[in-house]
Amino acid sequence: MAEKTFQVVGIESSSDNEKIQKPSLTFWQDAWRRLKLNKVAVVSMWFLIAISVFTIVMVPFLSQQQANKFNPNEIATYKDLPPKSGLPIPGWEGKHDGDDLYSDQNVPAGKNFILGTDDTGRSVAKRVIVGIRISLTIAIVASLGDLIIGVSFGVFSAWKGGWIDLILQRFIEILSSVPFIVIVTLFTLLLGAGIWSVIISLILTGWINMARQIRAQTLSVKEQDYVLAATVLGERPLKIAMKHIIPNISSTIIVQLMMTIPQAITSEAILSALGLGVQPPTSSLGSMINDARDEIQYYPYLVLIPGTFLVLISLAFYLFGDGLRDAFDPKSGDSGD
Amino acid sequence: MAKYILKRILMMVLTVFIVTALTFVMMQWMPGSPFNNPKLSASQIAQLSKQYGLSKPIWQQFLNYLVNAAHFNFGTSYINTGQSVSLMISQRLPVSMELGIQALILGVPLGMYIGTYQAMRKNTARDYSLSIITLFFTALPDFLLGMLLMLFFAIDMPIFPITGWNSWMSSVLPTLALGMGVIAFVARFTRSQTLETLDSDQIQLAYAKGLDEGQVIMKHAVRNSLIPVLTLLGPLTAGLLTGSALIETIFSIPGIGNQFVSSISSKDYPVIMGTTIVYTILLQVMILLGDIATAIADPRIRLGGKD
Repeated sequence: MAEKTFQVVGIESSSDNEKIQKPSLTFWQDAWRRLKLNKVAVVSMWFLIAISVFTIVMVPFLSQQQANKFNPNEIATYKDLPPKSGLPIPGWEGKHDGDDLYSDQNVPAGKNFILGTDDTGRSVAKRVIVGIRISLTIAIVASLGDLIIGVSFGVFSAWKGGWIDLILQRFIEILSSVPFIVIVTLFTLLLGAGIWSVIISLILTGWINMARQIRAQTLSVKEQDYVLAATVLGERPLKIAMKHIIPNISSTIIVQLMMTIPQAITSEAILSALGLGVQPPTSSLGSMINDARDEIQYYPYLVLIPGTFLVLISLAFYLFGDGLRDAFDPKSGDSGD
Repeated sequence: MAKYILKRILMMVLTVFIVTALTFVMMQWMPGSPFNNPKLSASQIAQLSKQYGLSKPIWQQFLNYLVNAAHFNFGTSYINTGQSVSLMISQRLPVSMELGIQALILGVPLGMYIGTYQAMRKNTARDYSLSIITLFFTALPDFLLGMLLMLFFAIDMPIFPITGWNSWMSSVLPTLALGMGVIAFVARFTRSQTLETLDSDQIQLAYAKGLDEGQVIMKHAVRNSLIPVLTLLGPLTAGLLTGSALIETIFSIPGIGNQFVSSISSKDYPVIMGTTIVYTILLQVMILLGDIATAIADPRIRLGGKD
């Protein structure tokens, strides 16, 4: 693919070669053209778009309460049903060790749970959809928080330089040498477990990485002539940062964001598994895995289903992020493809 | 060098002090108390508070705690009445360290090998497939991997014991669960480091001198990419601390992480505080060791120079 990352544009037909002036591409058009060549990244991107759109479209049809709701009188009928597709696909016929649990528990005919049910008879499919929604929301909000704090801190530190930079860097050093689990535990104990405390803990630990990257980038960008020109023309520092520095490091910001989101998804799952995250009955991918932990022996699908979605979504973010990095910076070459 | 290490140790003490102070302050704000038991009368609660030194003014409690913590005395557990926290930690820490060291021994060399191999075979089918595999294990959280390993190799195929920590057999699955992530992390890092090294002039020179590929890789590339890997010791330890807390819970291993998780759910504040401080010290020491090892291995780095 290396030879294709740079190519001449505007030669759709050979007569175009007569024109000396070729169409000019903006940075974003250029990156998009390269990204399209990376099939893995494109597939990941569409997968993520499809998942997000689907969970958003489902909002009016499936609320969190609906996914949590169960009828105490019907638990015996609907509990622990294995996945049943309603089609003759082996392993997806609602059988557990050869027993047809659907007929054993007198489930009304024609009622199939494509991803099975949990120990209170709630549909796993509904809970997974709500779980993906909550996990993605937490991860995206937390990553945006990282972005805002990390970018302001990084740009400020690098722009000011001198002793301010020194002090801020020492501060970051101290904060980053405190284990993630410690910070998160303290804050969750303080704020009480829940979605917001997860988001705040993730931001508290996640912005440091962003700030470091942004500072390094800003240090090189601020030496550029256009920044000097803006300074000489008397532009205010805030405006220089917004108009000149941040647009020029936007590719780093976007790539970093794409790499932070899967980490946040994993961290959310870890927190929920530690009992510090999303609390039952609310479902997130991590809390679903945690709830099913003790029953993995009997109902492995309760772990495998949310686990598969968790890994697929994280993987897609990493692959898309890798693709974006190569598209923004084709000369970096270190990632090869 | 000695001056630099001294400076770093002072910095460590400062960090541990800040963490201790923060933990202490937060513990004061914590909602709920372990003595919220309706069976206890007011006088009994007062008696208990006095016994645990909770009736003194806060600054005095903090000073006491600091002095004691400096002697590795973190008080006694609220839940396991009378049990000294430092004893609980010192009994359980070796188990966790064993698990962590096993994961590092498995993960670091194998990760470096894979990463170097990938860099040598850059952009080949093998490189791509290894990249996908390492990325997969990056995306797969270690506790989920632990549960899957348990499901496949202890329940479906009873090769290894499901839980416990009594023979080397029982340590295989938890070590794998923690170690696969380490392999993936180190391999991804080594690959990009080695690719950078392979681009450098010294490698060109080595080839120009007529060394064969094996010699170039072993004598020049690996040595140079080994150095940055040493600096990974800190982040790796941080990851292992978080990972082991969950892995220990899943496999019922009597380690410090398992105890930490249960102390969180039972609000056993002295245990939480003690473990927090021990975790922070562990990470600090590993970061420092990594930096010192880097400085020894790389003569270009002069610690405590003009900085």
